[in-house]
Amino acid sequence: MSQEARLPVSKIESPPTVSEKKPLSENPKKLCAEKLNFFYGKFQALHDISIDMRENHITALIGPSGCGKSTFLRTLNRMHETVRGTRLEGQILLDGESIFQQNVNALRLKVGMVFQRSNPFPKSIFENVAYGLRVNGYDGGKQRLQEEVERSLRKAAIWDEVKDKLHESAFGLSGGQQQRICIARALAVRPEVLLLDEPCSALDPIATAKIEELLFGLKPECTIVIVTHNMQQAARVSDFTGFFLLGKLIEFDSTNLIFQNPSKSETEDYVTGRFG
Amino acid sequence: MKPSSHWKNIVNFAMFGLTGLCALVSVGTLVFILGYLVFNGGKSLSMSFFTNLPAPVGEVGGGMANALLGSGKVLLLATLIGIPIGFLGGVYLSEYSGKTIAFVIRYVTDLLNGVPSIVIGIVVYTLVVHPMGHFSTFAGGVALGIMMIPISVRSTEEYLLAVPPSLREAAFALGAPKWKAIITVVIPAAMRGIISGTMLDLARVAGETAPLLFTALGNQFWSPGWNQPSATLPVMIFTYAIAPYEDWHRQAWAAGFVLLMLVLLINVTARMALSKGSYVPRG
Repeated sequence: MSQEARLPVSKIESPPTVSEKKPLSENPKKLCAEKLNFFYGKFQALHDISIDMRENHITALIGPSGCGKSTFLRTLNRMHETVRGTRLEGQILLDGESIFQQNVNALRLKVGMVFQRSNPFPKSIFENVAYGLRVNGYDGGKQRLQEEVERSLRKAAIWDEVKDKLHESAFGLSGGQQQRICIARALAVRPEVLLLDEPCSALDPIATAKIEELLFGLKPECTIVIVTHNMQQAARVSDFTGFFLLGKLIEFDSTNLIFQNPSKSETEDYVTGRFG
Repeated sequence: MKPSSHWKNIVNFAMFGLTGLCALVSVGTLVFILGYLVFNGGKSLSMSFFTNLPAPVGEVGGGMANALLGSGKVLLLATLIGIPIGFLGGVYLSEYSGKTIAFVIRYVTDLLNGVPSIVIGIVVYTLVVHPMGHFSTFAGGVALGIMMIPISVRSTEEYLLAVPPSLREAAFALGAPKWKAIITVVIPAAMRGIISGTMLDLARVAGETAPLLFTALGNQFWSPGWNQPSATLPVMIFTYAIAPYEDWHRQAWAAGFVLLMLVLLINVTARMALSKGSYVPRG
């Protein structure tokens, strides 16, 4: 999709793309979905979704349950392929290259993912974080591995809480701590993009605040896409927000505009809490 | 309303009594068998049972050392044959197969599980003993190994399916190929369950007699290597119990007691390992 194709957004029927009239970001496009359609069997879960996700920004995807936002997120690292009977049309580009032309495991190293429920492996905290490196044939020696694990745990703002029990089971931690271990685990392979699928939905406000804070810290090195149920969270953490409804992307714009002056009535109804 | 409520009370009491009685009978049978075996077997058991070869009739101090070793060897071989096949089959069922194939495999393994053990003995006799020209420890191991496969397949499958899909997804999301995710995450998470399932499987075939009658046969002496007929505890019990000698009967009781203790030990160990929890997530 060329730059010229992006005409100013009119209120009614324009495709939901980034408006060039008010450039949202100077940063290059890291991840682009183009005309994405997605099917579970015969059911079409996504309709013609096009979004550009800019480098070093946080993009939030909001919408009511079942609107397709998680489905969309899972196509970005091709996790949808683990589910039988799904079909995808359209294109997704990472740095301008189709993700479907790449080795899927190499792609997932570049596009990391954190899930809704914390899902640490039944291993020690250290082994959880080291897993991504080990499984991809890391052989930088024990010293380097330890440094990488510490770096990841620090980035995930959990180092101080676990540094004395690295070799204990990750199951001994609280839900919020486990989720930060999962973030550290994803960060250990130095992903370029981090996808988060409602990472705080099972957490209390304090644990949530910690995760939101660490996301800000990750912006310089990661492009982040976060699916969230929580509109306040989207408003707090993200630079851009996309609003999904019934498998369609209703509106995509800077977070400020989406929450303060949305151009579509559906968006306004949702963000003001009139439904959903 | 009064008479009807009275009648209900009687029915209720009768049902309570009947079901309770049946529960008591089923537990009582086991307790009776255990008690009888412990009483008779324990009384006949001595150190020489574990160290000596069977003695000729009338001579005191005979034992079943050869049968103990023979049973050990047959069970070891059965495990080496049955568990790898059952384990890998279970991994295939849980991780790779489509719905239709899985249904067929499950159905067939359940059928195999229901095949009378004596039939398996005859099959192994035809396929192994007959071509080799003689009975052997090896043939006994093959027969019990085949008997171990169906339970191993199903228990492996069940414990693997109990591992949450989210763990597999987490491994995939870190760039792990499917086979590596299975080896490094899924199987370790289910390992405790799989091991205890294997032990229960072993405990089940440890007492099998019929398949061994046609394969390992029996032996009054040591059976070096894998290629000769071998004594085993269950067959020894069978032979000694139907013999007309009083001291052989005592030996059979002792052997039964030892076999029971062995099976109980394996059972209890397996269940203890399992109760320590296989996969229990938190948060």
